[in-house]
Amino acid sequence: MSATPTSMTSAAPTAASEGRRPSASVLRRAFRFPTVRVGLVLVLAVFLFAFLGPYFAPHTTTEFVGRPFQGPSSDALLGTDQLGRDVLSRLMWGGRSILWMAVASAFLGVGVGAALGLIAGYTPKIDNLIMRPLEVIQGFPALVLILLFTALLGPKVWLIILLVALFNVPSVARVTRGMTLDIASRDFVAAAQVIGFPRRHILYREVLPNISTPLFVELGLRITYGIAITAALSFTGNGLQPPSTDWGLLLNENRTAMAIQPWPVIAPSVLIATFAIGVTLLTEGVSRTMARVDREPGT
Amino acid sequence: MSSDAIAPETLGMPVAPTRMSRARGPASWIARRLGYAVVILFAISLLVFIATQALPADPAQAILGRAEPARIEALRAELGLNEPLTSQYLNWIGGVVTGDLGTSLTTRDSVSSLIGGRLVQTLFLLGITSLVAVPLSYALGALAAFKRDSLGDRVGLGSSVILASLPEFVTGLLLVMFFATTVLHVLPAVTLDTSLSGWKSLILPVTVLTCVIVPYLYRLVRASTIEVLESDYVHVARLKGLSNRRIIFGHALPNAMVPAIQGTALMLAYLLGGVIVVEFLFTYPGLGTLLLDAIRNRDLPVIQGLTLIFAGGFLLFNLLADIITVLITPRLRTGI
Repeated sequence: MSATPTSMTSAAPTAASEGRRPSASVLRRAFRFPTVRVGLVLVLAVFLFAFLGPYFAPHTTTEFVGRPFQGPSSDALLGTDQLGRDVLSRLMWGGRSILWMAVASAFLGVGVGAALGLIAGYTPKIDNLIMRPLEVIQGFPALVLILLFTALLGPKVWLIILLVALFNVPSVARVTRGMTLDIASRDFVAAAQVIGFPRRHILYREVLPNISTPLFVELGLRITYGIAITAALSFTGNGLQPPSTDWGLLLNENRTAMAIQPWPVIAPSVLIATFAIGVTLLTEGVSRTMARVDREPGT
Repeated sequence: MSSDAIAPETLGMPVAPTRMSRARGPASWIARRLGYAVVILFAISLLVFIATQALPADPAQAILGRAEPARIEALRAELGLNEPLTSQYLNWIGGVVTGDLGTSLTTRDSVSSLIGGRLVQTLFLLGITSLVAVPLSYALGALAAFKRDSLGDRVGLGSSVILASLPEFVTGLLLVMFFATTVLHVLPAVTLDTSLSGWKSLILPVTVLTCVIVPYLYRLVRASTIEVLESDYVHVARLKGLSNRRIIFGHALPNAMVPAIQGTALMLAYLLGGVIVVEFLFTYPGLGTLLLDAIRNRDLPVIQGLTLIFAGGFLLFNLLADIITVLITPRLRTGI
């Protein structure tokens, strides 16, 4: 089996035994674990609920359907919230923003972090120039600074995405850099260098395919982190503002009446928990498969 | 990436840089690390200043909203906003160094006195949490390592992964619903009495924070204990015929503690973020609720002071983690 298609066709054939397996194979093997399948089902279920929910919501998010904090009834299946609005409808509308912010900031953070890590790991000259400032970012307590900026510049969606992404970058860059250093010392990269491929080709065609699985794991971790941060912002009243709806905001608005009408607190908590657990099961399974593939002798 | 050794960064936790010079001793390394900390603290103070005072077009307007021009002008004068930015920064940082953080805009108290009382409360919460969570993680981690791959070990690993993936307020709300409001009614849902006599209202906040620490720290202790148990010197001790008890308490555990101690300090740094949300959830009168209140009231001097305190504490715990690791690892201490 070859490390990458490129290295088999164009570089030295000896490269084949050295690289990691292509990530597609790791993913396929990971899906044999029942926990990974369960994780995928949980993630997809929450995604479907959040993105299709608005089309099926029985009421609008601002319509008053009863007295405040009513229990479940046939008209409002999960009861009403602090103003007498339908909890189920607000729940169905309230997933999009939070998931979208977490996923966008994870992709942005992993994209930028991986690019910086690749360059730092492959170019000793500017290694310090890239990694030292990132260490400074890691010296900051993320939640405090995100609170600070959203409080002063307003809780805007793009700002939250950018800030969470910023705090995602250093750890992704650090992991990518480490792996790049390892891959860059292998024979097939040396072969590609001898042949005279340009740097960009080596980074994107030889190195990147070999670190894509760990990056997938990183992406999963960053999504869980993003959910925790964005939901915490809304939960403390510093994220999306009323009358919008969002799972964290539902918790914030209705937690005072938890004893008499628990549904607006239970439902978003369970959805956030389900999503976080699903993502974690997926990434855990993939990273465990990866470790197992690495330990196998002579692939 | 092995499934046993979970690097702190994979859990979304920051890791302080630990680059040792090969030739020089630990003293010069610690001195350089301290210098680095001062640089970061300076960067943080600059960032806080830029975010609060330089970035908003008019902080006075932002604080007061739509108010009479005379009131806005008065607030501008009080905050020193009419001076050039550099002297604004120097005035502020000069005050910070001498312990004067300014005056709260809402309560008119000095910011340092406001923070002082709350700091004690937050440290109390963190202290109790550490007293519970750290020994618990060490015991569970060592036990899991000795019973490696048993059913209990696998259940422990699985549940810790799931627990670690939950945001702290979700864990907290689920616990509150279970123990305080919906299922059982045995514990208070909010913390009103923060003294030891009100210990019942401390149980839930401490439990939530413990749920944040234990999954991570216990896996760290487990991994490092397993590594030690498989090391040559433990094999030698076994071959010498030492009793199991002496092997465990004389050889294995002391060495397994090294990564765990660093992990504990990093965990405390991480908790500084978690404590904000947990304090909010239980309306615990600590630094976290003070920060959120200040943000809601746009109380600029309090926000500035608190952000600096949080960042400083974060830095301090990270620094401690590094220094302790170097001091208790002979290989790093001697620089060989």
